[in-house]
Amino acid sequence: MSHNQQAETAAAPKVYAATLLALLALTAITVAAAGIHFSSGSVNVVIALSIATIKASLVALVFMHLRHDKPINAIVAISGFLFLALLLAYCVIDIDTRRTIVPYTAKVPEKAAPATPVEADTKK
Amino acid sequence: MSTTAQLVQGHHDPTLQHHFHTKEQQFETSKLGMWLFLATEILLFGGLFVGFALMQQKYPQAFLLAHHHLDRSLGALNTVVLLLSSFTMVMAVWAAQTSRKKLLVWLLLATMACAFIFLGVKYFEYSHKFHEGLLPGKFYSHKGDTVPNQFVFFSFYFMMTGLHGIHILGGIGAIGWLVIRALKGDFDANYYTPVDLIGLYWHLVDLIWIYLFPLLYLIQ
Repeated sequence: MSHNQQAETAAAPKVYAATLLALLALTAITVAAAGIHFSSGSVNVVIALSIATIKASLVALVFMHLRHDKPINAIVAISGFLFLALLLAYCVIDIDTRRTIVPYTAKVPEKAAPATPVEADTKK
Repeated sequence: MSTTAQLVQGHHDPTLQHHFHTKEQQFETSKLGMWLFLATEILLFGGLFVGFALMQQKYPQAFLLAHHHLDRSLGALNTVVLLLSSFTMVMAVWAAQTSRKKLLVWLLLATMACAFIFLGVKYFEYSHKFHEGLLPGKFYSHKGDTVPNQFVFFSFYFMMTGLHGIHILGGIGAIGWLVIRALKGDFDANYYTPVDLIGLYWHLVDLIWIYLFPLLYLIQ
């Protein structure tokens, strides 16, 4: 172990405790922000997901040691999220470009109009 | 028995497998393997997250009304419990790195205790939903809904929290195995790879909950 690593190991518990406090504070902020009604609901989603991403980054960098690790481990982790983004992107493109979406009818809703295909675009 | 490194060193370290040159190489290899596994875990849960996002876009009113059946404070409590368990886990890794063998056992037990509290709260939440008929897919039998398709939300709720709960159970098993080995005194600054790797797994389970909590419990 080099001198740097020894110094890091000695200071580690303080860093971990500070990270825990930051994570708990961010959780409180998320819950508080969810109680505020913004003009658009998507503002709430953006805020909630941004805070979640900050928390996830703290966990990955400090608790999972990516901060001091070999870059290859971070590359593997980030590539997992990149492939996930690819999956989401292609699914969204697929759904948004369909002309006709046939609703799922395994269960008949109690108070709804009879199930008919949603015509997104009647002209071919 | 036959590698050059061991012949040069003239002794056999029982924790160094013969196909690795050094302890460091062995540790880094194991860790890279764990990260590859965690990347597949991100994609396993990712499919459910993508499905959730698309269905929420399709039935925003149903998702908004359905999520009112969830108890926000219980969700927040479980978030705090999991964050605490992540802290005790990373401290356990530190205890192993610095050869604090007794502290290591206690920190692992604390992590397990948090995991059991999490599952206890989840059991309480689940039984409430079973009672109300808030169940996935065709099993949904809640009466008096004003907006249809709320069963879609509960399909995702049970699949996502259920898969996450199975991961918590797996984590409890793995940490229990670590406790037994730690009691035998197997881990110290010279060798702590299993503690480190199971720690990484545990943090990922925490990381997934960090996203599940706002998406399921805090919809606006």
